[in-house]
Amino acid sequence: MNTILTVSNLTKKFGPLVAVNNLSFTIEKGNVYGILGPNGSGKSTTLGIVLNVVNRTAGEFSWFNGATTTHDALKKVGAIIERPNFYPYMTALQNLKLVCKIKEVPTAKIAEKLELVGLLDRKDSKFKTYSLGMKQRLAIASALLNDPEILILDEPTNGLDPQGIHQIREIIKKIASQGTTILLASHLLDEVEKVCSHVVILQKGVKLYAGSVDQMLASFGFFELRTSQEQNLITYLEKDVRFSSIKNEDGLITAYPKEDLSAEELNKTLYEKGIILSHLSKRKESLEEQFLTLTKNAKN
Amino acid sequence: MIRLLQIEFIKLWNNRASKFLIFAYFTLILCMALIAMIRIDRPPIVFNIADQGIFNFPYIWHLNTWIASWLKLFFAIVIVSMTANEYSNKTIKQNLIDGLSKKEFLMSKFLMVISFSILSTIFVFLVSLILGLLYSDFNEISIIFSDLSYFLGYFVKLVGFFSLCLFLGLLVKRSAFALGFLILWWGIFENLIIRFSAWWLFGKEGSEKVMHFMPLEAMSNLIVEPITKFKAVKSISTQLGANLSIDYAVHWYNILIVLGWTTIFIYLSYALLKKRDL
Repeated sequence: MNTILTVSNLTKKFGPLVAVNNLSFTIEKGNVYGILGPNGSGKSTTLGIVLNVVNRTAGEFSWFNGATTTHDALKKVGAIIERPNFYPYMTALQNLKLVCKIKEVPTAKIAEKLELVGLLDRKDSKFKTYSLGMKQRLAIASALLNDPEILILDEPTNGLDPQGIHQIREIIKKIASQGTTILLASHLLDEVEKVCSHVVILQKGVKLYAGSVDQMLASFGFFELRTSQEQNLITYLEKDVRFSSIKNEDGLITAYPKEDLSAEELNKTLYEKGIILSHLSKRKESLEEQFLTLTKNAKN
Repeated sequence: MIRLLQIEFIKLWNNRASKFLIFAYFTLILCMALIAMIRIDRPPIVFNIADQGIFNFPYIWHLNTWIASWLKLFFAIVIVSMTANEYSNKTIKQNLIDGLSKKEFLMSKFLMVISFSILSTIFVFLVSLILGLLYSDFNEISIIFSDLSYFLGYFVKLVGFFSLCLFLGLLVKRSAFALGFLILWWGIFENLIIRFSAWWLFGKEGSEKVMHFMPLEAMSNLIVEPITKFKAVKSISTQLGANLSIDYAVHWYNILIVLGWTTIFIYLSYALLKKRDL
């Protein structure tokens, strides 16, 4: 496996406040990672540390298995942190040329990347004349100039209008589909759910979970059922050992299986028992539900 | 090294205010030549400043480096605002994320300071050389190229002063406050607190000695004012009975003191950069 970033036992204290507490995770090439957590859970601090702008209190991190120094490794990384930061008095083109100089890459790709984010026709406008959405898109173009091994995005849709959010998400999906490793920090769960395959969940600087989205909870999803023979169904389900709990909300019956059970199989069994369903759907818990469960468990 | 200079140059040259200040700086140095134009031609008073010997070699080296060193404030403003704006625009954060190390960030600024000082020194030299060749009473090669130590003094003075500005810009993070801080340092800290507390502790002579080691005082000691050296002024003061015996030369120990401060300022800037979370 190709490890891009290894973080081990990372800790950051701001005075008495522990922003990141003994955090460890690894980022492998080719996956799309989400760092999830409520505001103030240490997401940005963690990214700040690996990006060389925040000093760590304890612990280690290494880029590309420690083959290069951090600032050289960062030349192979594209990152956008919170707010797009450029020289306001310079045009988009001048700003990107400066970034090329810093990253030591040729300026040949500037036009291509501006095209990707739809800013090519505004390349000679000063950065200060840009709207927030355009600034954010310029930041993405800038982060892609070196065709990075990994793209790090911290709250990329913060403060944007719905159209801007949509544009940014489309760009992220496009980049992800090209096989670029992405690390996305966000507190917007649907955002992460839509693009990420793996998540790291933080709360108050402590890691609650790290792994693939699918395995986040050892859960087999749940069934939503509707029938005119409500009582029969409930009685049957309560007897069936394959189910752990049943909920009835205004005729919509939610059943949680204890083992892997397919919708076809359940439908067949119920039909044989003479229970005809008018509605059957098998669903996975949304990331939001899983996240809330996890953070609630951690609090108890 | 070239890359770091280029990075700083892109930042500097695309900023209209800094470009204007740099232009103004070099234009004003050029304007020193205009002093030669001062003439009063109304008999019985016929006075032409160029004929008074102020452009004589090697006096002109001293005079022009001294005048030009006042103009350093122009570039000081550029340095302070360029450094402080890196913080207010948070571009320093982006620079680091993009793969510039903190050392490289500081080096690119310091290299700019060095190059600007070199450029300014050469420019002042050329302007003075031309003025001197036009108006000097002595044109022997050996006289022309005497007392060139003023240019070493000038260069070190600029580098030291700009390093202080760089440090203040990084320390205070707001350009207006940093410039205010510079004036406070000069007026209140060096000239009131240190001078008078040293006076009180060690007496007048001791105070002079202590002041020698203060950064801004040391920089100004590098090139002592040349006015009293000028023969017309000298003859007037002798007539008035004041015996001025001032040492005008550029002294190696002053150069060492200023270079020492330069090292301290750059080192402190680096320590500050390293310690700070962005």
